[in-house]
Amino acid sequence: MKIELDNRQSEIIDGAAEFARSVLAPRARENDERGAFPEDLVRQMGERGYLGATIPQEYGGLGLDPVAYGLLVAAIEKGDCSASRLLTVHLALAAEAILKCGSEDQIKKWIPSLASGETICAFGLTEPDHGSDAAGIECAYSDLGDEFRLNGHKRWITFSGIADLFLIIARDENAMSAFLVERDRAGVEVNPQPGLMAGRACHISEIILHDVVIPRENLIGQLGQGFAFVANTALDHGRYSIAWGGVGLAEAALDAMVSYSKKRKQFGEKIGSFQLVREMIAESVSRLYAAKSLCLRAGESRKSGNPDSVIETTIAKHFSATTAFRTACDAVQIHGGNGFSNTYPVERYMREAKVLEVIEGTSQIQQMVISLHGLRRYGRP
Amino acid sequence: MREKIRSIIEDNLKIFDSDVEFSDDDHIFRQGFVDSLFAVKLLAFLEQEFDIKIGNEDLNIENFHSVNKIISFVESKK
Repeated sequence: MKIELDNRQSEIIDGAAEFARSVLAPRARENDERGAFPEDLVRQMGERGYLGATIPQEYGGLGLDPVAYGLLVAAIEKGDCSASRLLTVHLALAAEAILKCGSEDQIKKWIPSLASGETICAFGLTEPDHGSDAAGIECAYSDLGDEFRLNGHKRWITFSGIADLFLIIARDENAMSAFLVERDRAGVEVNPQPGLMAGRACHISEIILHDVVIPRENLIGQLGQGFAFVANTALDHGRYSIAWGGVGLAEAALDAMVSYSKKRKQFGEKIGSFQLVREMIAESVSRLYAAKSLCLRAGESRKSGNPDSVIETTIAKHFSATTAFRTACDAVQIHGGNGFSNTYPVERYMREAKVLEVIEGTSQIQQMVISLHGLRRYGRP
Repeated sequence: MREKIRSIIEDNLKIFDSDVEFSDDDHIFRQGFVDSLFAVKLLAFLEQEFDIKIGNEDLNIENFHSVNKIISFVESKK
């Protein structure tokens, strides 16, 4: 399938692939073990424009279209999953929501520094007692007129450990609203969440807000519309970003399993000649092609503003996440005992792939949405 | 216009029964006919189908919560 991209976007993606290969990949294991994504890599990603990849050029971004952005995410994911997660939270979840739902003044104030990476933003929706049940969040705000006061506890907030700014969804008695909260506001507490299976270099932290007062101008979107429009816009973009991340991760796992099977010998033969190893490779290739096709289809529908892009994105994310995990598991299987050692990347791929089936909507939530679509779209007389 | 708007809502009902009915004044979100994610899809549909531009100042469920409200909103943007 030929992907139509103009020269400018093609060069950006080729550059990202090289950056992933030569800069990100050699440091990915160390980042995972140290539990930190290095500041210099954040800066390099900002300087290269990746942190503003989809932001319009008039605001300092690269202005990539959805298909080009997806290909960029997949390329970055192959180098280091953590780098790709940074794009998802900072750009897809936070910046895109501000671009769509913010006022012109808010866009001019925040978007250029988000595009350059001078300001890093994290997205604060999930809470200790509310993950899939996002509509039930308890983080609360009071309307003080010129200001708002926020109190609450967010958890599992990716890159909040180093973010300068948070897009927080909170509620009052009636509805939810979205607010930008600067990290250095009085009452903001950020605590790392160590001991995680995946995302160890993603600075995943909890955010506790103790009577945090912010000016009214920090309200994003209209009061009471924080979930319907701001959060849903963010999650739609985030889902698309994760879908492509799954493609990148599946490809990385496939590369690893094929490379290993061409070198490793057992019973005097390279294991790549064994039929049951080839079965795993065949299934992994097929799944990767299918996942990428679904992501391209979602990207094209997003590019054309097709309303079906929401369900296309949901389907792509669900399939891609499952593909990434199954492929990573097969990669570990092909590596045998070596697959359990961190001297090979596949153990990290498997851990990171599992989380794709949980974040931006669990696979079960995606299945509920997709089944409703199926029940409405098919089986008509 | 009414037919197209009713059709997009019917295509996205979250109720399993085929014979569910809703009036042009029913609050489709509050009464559980559609989920909140439909709001995002509806915006894309309205922009593409009726060639209008929806700005951030328009992002209020009050503009989109019933068939009649949606029609009024689209007509106001033309």
